[in-house]
Amino acid sequence: MSGRLRWRKFVSGFMLAMTGVCALVTVSVLFFVLGDLVVHGGTSINWNFFTKLPAPVGETGGGMANAIVGSAKLLLLASLIGVPIGFLGGVYLAEFSGSTAAFIVRYAGDLLNGVPSIVIGIFAYAMLVLPFKHFSTIAGSFALGLMMVPIILRSTEEFLNGVPRALREGSMALGASKWKTIQAVVIPAAYRGILTAILLAFARVAGETAPLLFTALGNRYWSHGWNEPTASLPVVIYTYALSPYDDWHRQAWAAGLVLLGLILVINIVARAILSRGISVPRS
Amino acid sequence: MKRVVLIPLFALALCGLVWAQGTLSINAAGATFPYPIYSKWFDVYHKAHSNIEINYQSIGSGGGIKQVTEGTVDFGASDGPMNDDQIKEFTQKHGFGILHFPTVLGAAVPAYNIPGVTATLNFTPAALAGIFLGKITKWNDPAIAGENKGVNLPANDIIVVHRADGSGTTYCWTDYLSKVSEEWKSKVGTGTSVRWPVGLGGKGNEGVMGVIKEQPNAVGYVELIYAIQNHTPYGNVQNSSGVFVKASLAGVSAAAAGAAKHMPDDFRVSITNAPGKDVYPISTFTWLLIPQKISDSAKRAAITGFLKWMITDGQQYCEALAYAKLPKEVAAKELKAISKVQ
Amino acid sequence: MTPSAGPIVGSRSFLSRLREGDEIAHLITFLFAASVVLVTLLLVFVLWQQSVLPRHKFGFAFFFTRVWDPISEDFGALPFIYGTIVTTVVALLISVPLGLGAAIFLAELAPQRISDTLQFFIDLLAAVPSVIYGLLGIFIVVPLMRTVIEPALKDTLGFLPFFQGPAYGVGFLTAGIVLAIMIVPYIISVSREILLAVPREQREAALALGSTRWESTWKVVIPFARTGIMGSIFLAMARALGETMAVAMVIGNTPTISASLFSPGYSIAAVIANEFTEATGDLYLQALVELGLVLFILTFILNGVARLLIVLTTQKGSRTAQV
Repeated sequence: MSGRLRWRKFVSGFMLAMTGVCALVTVSVLFFVLGDLVVHGGTSINWNFFTKLPAPVGETGGGMANAIVGSAKLLLLASLIGVPIGFLGGVYLAEFSGSTAAFIVRYAGDLLNGVPSIVIGIFAYAMLVLPFKHFSTIAGSFALGLMMVPIILRSTEEFLNGVPRALREGSMALGASKWKTIQAVVIPAAYRGILTAILLAFARVAGETAPLLFTALGNRYWSHGWNEPTASLPVVIYTYALSPYDDWHRQAWAAGLVLLGLILVINIVARAILSRGISVPRS
Repeated sequence: MKRVVLIPLFALALCGLVWAQGTLSINAAGATFPYPIYSKWFDVYHKAHSNIEINYQSIGSGGGIKQVTEGTVDFGASDGPMNDDQIKEFTQKHGFGILHFPTVLGAAVPAYNIPGVTATLNFTPAALAGIFLGKITKWNDPAIAGENKGVNLPANDIIVVHRADGSGTTYCWTDYLSKVSEEWKSKVGTGTSVRWPVGLGGKGNEGVMGVIKEQPNAVGYVELIYAIQNHTPYGNVQNSSGVFVKASLAGVSAAAAGAAKHMPDDFRVSITNAPGKDVYPISTFTWLLIPQKISDSAKRAAITGFLKWMITDGQQYCEALAYAKLPKEVAAKELKAISKVQ
Repeated sequence: MTPSAGPIVGSRSFLSRLREGDEIAHLITFLFAASVVLVTLLLVFVLWQQSVLPRHKFGFAFFFTRVWDPISEDFGALPFIYGTIVTTVVALLISVPLGLGAAIFLAELAPQRISDTLQFFIDLLAAVPSVIYGLLGIFIVVPLMRTVIEPALKDTLGFLPFFQGPAYGVGFLTAGIVLAIMIVPYIISVSREILLAVPREQREAALALGSTRWESTWKVVIPFARTGIMGSIFLAMARALGETMAVAMVIGNTPTISASLFSPGYSIAAVIANEFTEATGDLYLQALVELGLVLFILTFILNGVARLLIVLTTQKGSRTAQV
């Protein structure tokens, strides 16, 4: 083997090994993040954390019960806003629309997807906080729901389009109307992909902080109903992390662990649903 | 499909109903300077009146002024009094005026984190101005070392920390610097949000304290209680009589004594660099910003009730948290002023 | 009913379609789809309308003014644009080699199983929220930067203007590093797809001509996929521009323009997050909205270009494969 060839082979082996290192480094960041959260936050997860309201500044023993419930309420309402719009919009794109309308809707969806979350926060503030003179859970949910729409829209269209023609034609041949076909055959056939998209969209907005800063603001107590400001896990993590109090730092780590744990679990479940393949339910 | 839709809707309705009973929620926002005492007060008041929840968000004095003007909160809080333009804006927006109610007195202190230095440093007005103007860049600069003989100041770069958000603490600090330094007055000025010549920004008193603690060679201004609670050294400041005074309740009360006797009706007054031997020069009142008209009678009763309590019983909690109580004359005048809230 | 080659429509009367819900379904889904378009238009309108004061007062000078002075009501976007660009550039300089390397490994080298598993973990990394990166940034990365990395850089490369000045720990460099970690998964995912789409014939031809694995990848596959990889970079850039929380927590929050990467700075998203709730006075608030508008336009352009590049590559791949 000539020297030049030996060199080229060496370079090849070396560079390819480096790419492996790159991949390893990237993946190890995930475990590093998780590990840090567990180490710093694991010890602070106690009963108080889940059940108590925040204590006055500088005093220990408080918890994040209101932030946990607040996040749950925000996400619930956000889903109720984002899922129908995304899902039905996707149905429109896949089943009913002509090509110009489809282009416009898809473009709008992609545009919305690219809007930075802080700008969505500005929009929600202008629409739902300023006119009503209220910071509220509704305003926060509106911002989050808006962020869910493009993800669900695109995926719904994609998975509905992926349902084989034969299924549709068979249903029509049996005399079903278009809507009945969509409702009873096409959607169930695509439901795994759509469900995955909904779960992923949910996980994405669960960690969003910026749009909540001037919509839901924050609350040291329980937030009653839907029209009041509310505490939420991401915002509390942000506030506590910037503070000088060690107790608050520990709580921020714990909250980070809870939040990330929740998001990762949802992601894993969503992908597991999808990977089991798209099947037609037996009925 | 129906079940999928019905369950969340049911949960939604449940959330709306369950907690809507009976509690009066009042939203307030503003200064981080008095946040420790406010959060204590609202907590104690809530324990005594369990149906009243005053949700105070510490977003900075600028935020307090802004949000009360917008009407998104029921009252605001600020340690920089609203200026005439801001009051005019409020009046134009709402058709009625806004009232200032002093709550406590506090001190803004120069807190620092210098490796190897645990002593209390003496700062002259010129030194403070120089540091924050970016003119004095090293800790062992003669302007600082001159007054601190015996302290081993390192030749490290000074890292200035200031507020990144609109802050009454900034107002107090820059008000003082404007009074003691012509250069500061012309170059930067007084305000809740100024153009800092140098330094890192922290969000809220909490954020500035956080940065100081993490950053060796840092110096920043925070409310006294934050330096105490975080066991961070803070310096003595030379007052207008030439005495180096460490921030204390006595020093702050001394600063307010003169102003208390001549308190204007709207309670807006600056007590920085007040004359007197015992005065701590960087002191300030902090105010609650209460709209003159509160249409919701339950809220009005709750807010005026709180004000009354705050001026009388509430004051007992101040000193434990390193805030000075309101001077007697001011408290008496305020009690009378509560009736202005319609 | 006769089978047709076109879209499936029942050839029944209007009334029967109505009764069976087709028209209603069409209408309802149309309304929801239209609402997406309406909301997007409304968003752009609100951003435009709510920034009218500074646009009239400053015009284009807004983009070139360094001053951000709420007291004298003089606002300029330059420090924030500078900070946003610098942190993004730093992030790209770190994440592109790393991400591309990993994508090459996943697409070219790793067996299917390992590639899929690693991609799974990388997708999880993309799901970590910004505030968590900020948390780690404040308590782990910043002290590390201040005590170890920045002094080391100062000692070795301190003659360059980029690595001068006191080591705060927070600043452009730290924000860039945190951003790099956040955008690397996007570069990997998209690049991997692009590389996988390159037709096998290209690689096989190169190998048949005697090139090593690396040479075939670097000299044939990547140039072929070059446009798409550029697309992935633009996509990651767009994501980095809008990143708010992690940057706000580690950039130092000072509107400064400085060549030194150790210097604290500010980004557009971070200043909006910090100052929005307290911007007293309409001009101040609208100046922040105008910054939001600027950010929106930047990400809009980048996303558009990115998508174009990616589409061009995948089309090229399929066209070439048909030859």
